[in-house]
Amino acid sequence: MDFILIQFLTGLANASALFLIASGLTVIFGVTRIVNFAHGSFYMLGAYLTWTITRALWDWSGREPALFIAGILLAALAVGAIGALIEIVLLRRIYRAPELFQLLATFGVVLMIQDIALAVWGPEDLPLPRPPWLRRFVEIAGSRFPQYDLILIFVGPAVLALLWFLFQRTRFGVLVRAATQDREMVAALGVDQRVLFTGVFFLGSTLAGLGGAIVLPSQSAFLQMDLAIIAEAFVVVVVGGLGSVPGAFLAALLIAQVQAFGIVLVPKATLVLVFLVMAIVLMIRPYGLLGRPQAHARAATGAVEPVIRPAPAILGWAGAAALLVAAAAPFFAGPYMVTVLVELAVFVLFAASLHFMMGPGGIVSFGHAAYFGLGAYGAALGLRYLAVPMEAGIVLAPLLAGAFGLVFGWFAVRLSGVYLAMLTLAFAQIVWAAAFQWVEFTGGDNGILGVWPSEWAREKGAYLWLALALCIGATLLLRRIIYAPFGYALRATRDSELRAEAIGLNAVRIRLGAFVIAALGAGLAGGVYAYAKGSVFPTYISIPKSIDALLMVLLGGVQTVSGPVVGALAFHTLFLTVLQAFTWWRFILGFAIVLLVLAFPQGIAGFVRQRWERARGLEAA
Amino acid sequence: MLSVRQLNAFYGRAHILRDVALEVARGEVLVLLGRNGAGKSTTMKAIMGLVRPAPGSSVSFAGTEIAGSPPYAIARLGLGYVPEDRRIFTDLTVMENLEVGRQKPRDGLDPWTPQRLFAIFPNLAAMKDRPGGRMSGGEQQMLTIARTLMGNPRLVLLDEPSEGLAPVIVQQMAEAIRAVKAAGLTVVLSEQNLHFAERVADRAAIIEKGIVRWTGTLDALRAEPAIKAQYLSV
Ligand SMILES: Nc1ncnc2c1ncn2[C@@H]1O[C@H](COP(=O)(O)OP(=O)(O)OP(=O)(O)O)[C@@H](O)[C@H]1O
Ligand SMILES: [Mg+2]
Repeated sequence: MDFILIQFLTGLANASALFLIASGLTVIFGVTRIVNFAHGSFYMLGAYLTWTITRALWDWSGREPALFIAGILLAALAVGAIGALIEIVLLRRIYRAPELFQLLATFGVVLMIQDIALAVWGPEDLPLPRPPWLRRFVEIAGSRFPQYDLILIFVGPAVLALLWFLFQRTRFGVLVRAATQDREMVAALGVDQRVLFTGVFFLGSTLAGLGGAIVLPSQSAFLQMDLAIIAEAFVVVVVGGLGSVPGAFLAALLIAQVQAFGIVLVPKATLVLVFLVMAIVLMIRPYGLLGRPQAHARAATGAVEPVIRPAPAILGWAGAAALLVAAAAPFFAGPYMVTVLVELAVFVLFAASLHFMMGPGGIVSFGHAAYFGLGAYGAALGLRYLAVPMEAGIVLAPLLAGAFGLVFGWFAVRLSGVYLAMLTLAFAQIVWAAAFQWVEFTGGDNGILGVWPSEWAREKGAYLWLALALCIGATLLLRRIIYAPFGYALRATRDSELRAEAIGLNAVRIRLGAFVIAALGAGLAGGVYAYAKGSVFPTYISIPKSIDALLMVLLGGVQTVSGPVVGALAFHTLFLTVLQAFTWWRFILGFAIVLLVLAFPQGIAGFVRQRWERARGLEAA
Repeated sequence: MLSVRQLNAFYGRAHILRDVALEVARGEVLVLLGRNGAGKSTTMKAIMGLVRPAPGSSVSFAGTEIAGSPPYAIARLGLGYVPEDRRIFTDLTVMENLEVGRQKPRDGLDPWTPQRLFAIFPNLAAMKDRPGGRMSGGEQQMLTIARTLMGNPRLVLLDEPSEGLAPVIVQQMAEAIRAVKAAGLTVVLSEQNLHFAERVADRAAIIEKGIVRWTGTLDALRAEPAIKAQYLSV
């Protein structure tokens, strides 16, 4: 009994920080309709700034609790100011851009802040040196319970009460609630939205900063905090209902309790448990506990999509020629070049598989790396536990990915837009956490080594041929499916679900089919990659890897069949040749993404198409 | 007060308004008449900045050029807008809806307060704390006008205020518009209902396919059955 009470209290304490972060995210989303990836970065900055500011205050005059509280508040406000600045400089310009680009832009900010934090605070974890009053315990039911955690339990409800007052009793709050429903009408009534949006961003970022600040005494500040928390925050926001602060509170309580008890009951699978809870909630209430259907659902990639155009014949010939040159590479190029070509083949398939669901299907996944990683781990785990040879491992890889694709896709394809993006990302995070946490089974951070191909394919040239045959073959197969009846049906469901249903298509089943096919493709790519590298690591499943896939597809253009191929080649070459040479490549990549979105808010493909049409005089006079 | 010249507007590539011109004098009630899809709502949205006026358009309000300005800036100059689909904030109470509309008092005009508005719209007084989503269509229509008046506009654009209302409510609406006029405001309203227009308006402009076909007083319009037959569905 006592143990249950203690776990329950621990859950309540953890719920507070989770609620602060999720409420900030949900408030920002409610008004601006932007899903702010950088919210996790604000949380991380909150922890780091608290570390710096509190220590400075303590050095200046004694280690008083009051100074600690002042440090927390100052750090939170500083984070709020940073958030407001980012809103003014960046987000304000892209409120009308498609959701996908907004998400990418905020991810660019994530990358930039990661490198800034590394430059300022260094790579080490930074614990706050705790004075005695921060280390004190209280006796509860015969057990020792940290006094600080006891205080934290009240922070969540207190902030909920403050937010309630702000939203119900102040003009700012009334305007925010009105804008959540109908921004344009609020503007037509004379309210300057820019001030409102910046204010909301300040508020949301402050909450995230405060969340990071209050966890510092029990954790350290560290560089992976941002992406670790953002997936959890997404889960809480989705479970609570997008835009609902009380929903976020309930969901934070629920998820934190699941985690608190899960850690005791199934210590290696807390995230799986969290996922199950989320799945159950979404099955019963598709829009979360207190959420409502979104009024203006938009296609994630922009306006009505044109028909996907087949590549011009010349591009086909160029591709065939490039393939021949690549296949001949072992005869004239060095081993490094051959290795690079194998990777290129892998990434072409990886990008093509994401494109398959994004382009014709309109299903934008923010967690496609999950299936890539599942493929890689499928091959590696098969070898480790079942001693399957490469020939079987290559088959196992896509099958494992496809099986998970079927399960995750079952939930994902029922949703669209932001919910879909958040859910796919959360799924990927779960797979990542399993690979990372379940050390006995997956080797955790050390990965699995010694995943080598069979004897006949061990020579680099032979493996290149195998990789080309599998990856390019699968890519061509995907292309065939786009122009097969299934592809047409898929596009019909993308353009109008209702109309597709009216002509007898089962939209959900078709979308699920696309999801599974894409997972199969990514899984095969992952399997080929695993044998090429001889090892697998959790980084194969990380969020940045998913974003890489998105960038490849976007670079090439979503609505062209050759797009992902061109995009993968361009991205990978760029990455290998240019970015890796720089120490601060994350900052550079993030900055490039932000600039790209600012320069082409409709996407590069959209921009090119517009230019093309204008050049041909299609634009109305 | 309001002078619109060569107003052109597009939805995508569709050319909706073609060189619309309107002159509205201080204190008068002008009615835009036209059939469904004639371009009445688009004209109002373009004046308000909710639809971008094409380059070359001119909208001048109380001496200030406002074509191309953002909606909030136009509203702050004293232009009120009541959309045809009402767009009440359904989660907000009546009082909160009014609060969203509130702007600073304007020189030379008696500032609107909820009390003053309740005198014109007595129905609202009884439901101050009711969420907008739980009001009847007529009550919502009253609220949306009251909400706009809270901004102390000099001129209000009223898009089809009588649409879909029961005869009793239409009667109240006509009285309300006369009260607004009596308070010194200028009104531009759009209508398909000629009888309603005749009860409240001084002058009319007839729009068809985005082109202003006729302007004149309502008395003059009464004398031209041919015009009525051609452009209006009487
Ligand atoms: N959002 C839109 N996108 C594209 N076309 C539009 C849009 N809104 C209106 N239109 C078109 O613009 C034209 C003018 O529409 P508008 O709403 O101004 O007409 P109206 O005179 O207000 O009609 P009603 O009396 O039915 O309200 C119509 O042909 C309509 O189809
Ligand atoms: Mg209309």
